[in-house]
Amino acid sequence: MNVATGTKLGWGFVAPALLWTLVFFVLPLLVMGAMSFATLEGRSLIWGFHLDNYIELATRAYLWRAILVSLEITLTVTVVSVVLAYPLAAIIAFRVPREWQRLALLLAILPFWTSYVVRSYAWLLVLAREGLVNQTLINLGLIAEPITLANTRFATVTGFVHFFVMLLTLTIYANLVQLSPNYRRAAMDLGANAFQTFRHVILPLTLPGIATGAFLTFVLCIGDYVTPQVLGGNNELTIPQVIMVQLGRRADFPLASALAIVMMLIVTLAYLASARWLRLDRV
Amino acid sequence: MRMAAWLYLFVAFGFIYLPVVTLVLFSFQDGTIPVPPFNGPSLGWYADVLADDDVTDALLHSLLVAIGSSATAVLFGFLAAYGLARHVLPGSALMRVLLIAPLTVSYLIVGLGLLIVLNRTGVGLSLITAGIGHVVINLPLAFAIIYASMGAQHENAERAARDLGASEAKVVLLVTAPMLAPALAAAFFLSVTLSWDEFIIAFLLTRFDITLPVEIWSMLRSGLSPRLNAIGSVVFLISVTAVLLLEFTVLRRRRS
Repeated sequence: MNVATGTKLGWGFVAPALLWTLVFFVLPLLVMGAMSFATLEGRSLIWGFHLDNYIELATRAYLWRAILVSLEITLTVTVVSVVLAYPLAAIIAFRVPREWQRLALLLAILPFWTSYVVRSYAWLLVLAREGLVNQTLINLGLIAEPITLANTRFATVTGFVHFFVMLLTLTIYANLVQLSPNYRRAAMDLGANAFQTFRHVILPLTLPGIATGAFLTFVLCIGDYVTPQVLGGNNELTIPQVIMVQLGRRADFPLASALAIVMMLIVTLAYLASARWLRLDRV
Repeated sequence: MRMAAWLYLFVAFGFIYLPVVTLVLFSFQDGTIPVPPFNGPSLGWYADVLADDDVTDALLHSLLVAIGSSATAVLFGFLAAYGLARHVLPGSALMRVLLIAPLTVSYLIVGLGLLIVLNRTGVGLSLITAGIGHVVINLPLAFAIIYASMGAQHENAERAARDLGASEAKVVLLVTAPMLAPALAAAFFLSVTLSWDEFIIAFLLTRFDITLPVEIWSMLRSGLSPRLNAIGSVVFLISVTAVLLLEFTVLRRRRS
């Protein structure tokens, strides 16, 4: 087989996937980008280079608030999930006997595979006014009246944290078991106590796992519509919720596109901020 | 210290399983609201759900979209992985990045972009358009999984086949694909689970025939109901079965 036909053959193999990605992913993103600079006059769409949508995003309170709310929720979820998942991953990696680790990990992330619409609904069951938590607290005599748990930011964050603790446990565990036990032994031999070993040896070595998981959490959390819509009530809206409002009620595709572009910019910034430690190729 | 670790493990598992256990437990509720006190067990809601044509239709649609889009994603992903791993192509690094790129964009944006293009071109929304969206999100995963397992150790077998006179098509079909069967199966199962559960793209890109997550979404509007618990439990059971099958067949064989 000579080089020229070999190359042609190679292109033939790559072509279907490449064309699919170009036509159904790259092209739509480009059209969406152009759409964000278009504007609506009445019901008709005017293409061109208008900054109307972006000016609206910066000036209309319910739009820029959505961006702030999304950022606050996403950052809270990312930090809380890392802080809760790290000990879980560490316990599975260091305390659970080796032959049980795979099973423990599998069990720890099994509910990860619940459909996410169903998962949010399940949290609604737990947190609702007449739900499990309130009924249990009342039966125990700890509270007299049900407390408001569902339809709050707390509920949204809880639903998210539940999902991402599982994801992060997986990525941090993968990082922890790759560490040679010699690192810990060496630190101990040199007189470090358990905390010092963790702080100066284990933690720096697991930063890639943390950064990768945290970045995935950030991306998936900021783009999710279902969890805040089901659990958050409508007191405050996130970016995806506002996008869906624009699509549904008003068919305002230009404004929805501008919001989507802003969301992509935020994710890019998050990527740049964590790029130093990211090992996306190893996920 | 040791006690604290086991206590943490216990509490963490409690948190992780709380919603799932609540969901499944109250799917057996004998009554109309899925909250304590628990009456039952009753299988009434499962009978109710299985007798509902909307639900069984949606379930069938979901399976159709999941299997169709996953098969396409695995086929294209495999071909691309073979092309990039076995042929020297100009710009191959760039192509790898491009093929992985959809993973970094949220599903909502993938769906929104496709919706805009479909609207502009006047293509009607259907299960096929939802399937197209699912191939977009599953292709990068299938490609990455299969590409990662295209080790150089398989290349000798391919060369031997070629020396013995096999055509390129025969090499790919009869030598490479069987050797990569575990990776192909892993990519397919993962793809099916993701597509089966996917909501936002299916919500944006379907109209009359809808998938199960979209059907569940429309039922959610009427509030808490043991029917939803029953459907949710069935969906969970199917996903878990797929994951366990993957774990105990494909991955186990690969490790041993």
